[in-house]
Amino acid sequence: MTAERVLMKGNEALAEAAIRAGCKCYFGYPITPQTEIAAFMAKNMPKRGGTFLQAESEIAAINMVLGAASAGVRVMTSSSSPGISLKSEGISYIAASDLPCVIINVQRGGPGLGGIQPAQSDYWQAVKSGGHGDFHILVFAPNSVQEMADMVVKAFEKADQYRIPAMILSDGMLGQMMEPVVFPEISDKMPEKPWATNGHGNKRKHNIINTLFLQPDELEASVNARSKKYETIVENEQDAEFYLTDDADIVVTGYGAASRICREAVDEARKNGIKAGLLRPKVLWPFPVKDYQKIVPTAKSILCVELSTGQMIDDVKLAVNCSVPVEFYGRTGGNLPSAEEIIKKLAEINDSLS
Amino acid sequence: MSVVFRKPDSMADVNTHYCPGCTHGIVHRLICEIIDEMGIEGDTIGICPVGCSVMAYDYFNCDMIEAPHGRAPAVATGVKRSLPDKFVFTYQGDGDLAAIGTAETIHAAARGENITIIFINNTTYGMTGGQMAPTTLPGQVTQTTPYGRDVEKAGYPVKMCEILAQVDGTALAQRVSVDSPKEVQIAKKAIRKAFQIQRDKKGFSIVEVLSTCPTNWGMSPVESLERLRKECIPYFPLGVYKDITAKENSND
Repeated sequence: MTAERVLMKGNEALAEAAIRAGCKCYFGYPITPQTEIAAFMAKNMPKRGGTFLQAESEIAAINMVLGAASAGVRVMTSSSSPGISLKSEGISYIAASDLPCVIINVQRGGPGLGGIQPAQSDYWQAVKSGGHGDFHILVFAPNSVQEMADMVVKAFEKADQYRIPAMILSDGMLGQMMEPVVFPEISDKMPEKPWATNGHGNKRKHNIINTLFLQPDELEASVNARSKKYETIVENEQDAEFYLTDDADIVVTGYGAASRICREAVDEARKNGIKAGLLRPKVLWPFPVKDYQKIVPTAKSILCVELSTGQMIDDVKLAVNCSVPVEFYGRTGGNLPSAEEIIKKLAEINDSLS
Repeated sequence: MSVVFRKPDSMADVNTHYCPGCTHGIVHRLICEIIDEMGIEGDTIGICPVGCSVMAYDYFNCDMIEAPHGRAPAVATGVKRSLPDKFVFTYQGDGDLAAIGTAETIHAAARGENITIIFINNTTYGMTGGQMAPTTLPGQVTQTTPYGRDVEKAGYPVKMCEILAQVDGTALAQRVSVDSPKEVQIAKKAIRKAFQIQRDKKGFSIVEVLSTCPTNWGMSPVESLERLRKECIPYFPLGVYKDITAKENSND
């Protein structure tokens, strides 16, 4: 069977790919701009042997995810920024329970109710503070409709592999825009989950999903064991895309929607004789430190572009050990920077280098 | 020699952390007796959220999940929607079910979620040392109502069975007590009915069990049972608030 190219919205492509990846349950609560994901799931899950359930709140939805993940099925929820804040409690519990699940954040402007236009101001929340306690979740950063589909499949696989929540950190632009997409071939073989609380059937000892450890040594052992797992993930799951970075004096870096504008700016800057390149992280946790290290010997400057006042820039500086100066350009409130704005910034940096 | 009384198979052979005189042990035992009698230990998933029963995962031999505070009905929904043929019960206290988890409780009922809730109402937050619960009686002294619950300032107790009986998705809402052998038998029948309703896929069932907390009430176990009878039952009357199977039976 030849793979079919179809024109779809990012949110819908993601939802379709999730069903193909074996997502059996979807729990969500209405919020813009992730709306199409829930609508697609409501329409398609019942027809394809899955469960769609609109929860009474984001808090209930993420706890339904906890239940379904405990039962051993592939499960997903989606929301946008303020809704993700409400899910934080549940995300902490799911991470502490070592349960796999997929969480979609189609980011909008914040803080507070903010706006409904695209933003990237939930970076810190996604990679550093998704809830209380010592934990991480996998964070994928698509920048096209194709990657919305591809990465949700990978998110399910990696979540199961490591027993960890995985987030797709998207934004209103990627969710709403239409592009051609080819759905990846997906194995229908699901991994065994001998730890699941799905009824022991008198064949094994009872399984327990638990996050409570009142003895300090037991809690420390639990946290440390998870920390060892994170070390493996940091070693194996870093991922980034390089574009014209080999001879670049200035490496622009940005993820998601911002990276698309950065790429256009790099092309235009090259035409103006500015040796610019692009390093695009495809995974935000674990942050692709190894990829940033590769540009340290050649890059004279790094320009970090975000739809925020500067969040990922902290990780960029750490990734290069501050051995290369890191400049910043950002827009917020749902505004997108134009390529011209970035080119202007690149020209300023270029002038300062000579 | 025949054995006439023993620990249920689905009850773990361990000491519990519950205080002397606490009625949690009785209710745990009733659930386990029913699980044994129905032969469903291997098909049952129990969910215990934050509260005194948070460590109940060590006391039941079926698969167990410890849930966030108040969220057990949502977690149970996730399990049940994934495994519709398994038995799913939650075991929640009054603070958990009637304060922080009110939305989860009412909406699980509204969806007619085919789960069973065992609701322990002892009019206090036991685990955290006896603060005012949503079910604390008017005038009752707790750590956070040191002058007695003043309903003008702290509001009135919440009567969950009465509220849930108004919800269309509720199949069974019954309030029982475990203060005497007779009431314990009634409680057991109610819990059994709740599990049967789940087996028959008839919807949401809740059994509220009026319970004691001698430690935080500052009373002996015997005094606590006396208080339950004299103060709690008059405010929270025992009885069946809704039972769709009774209606069906009467129509037969």
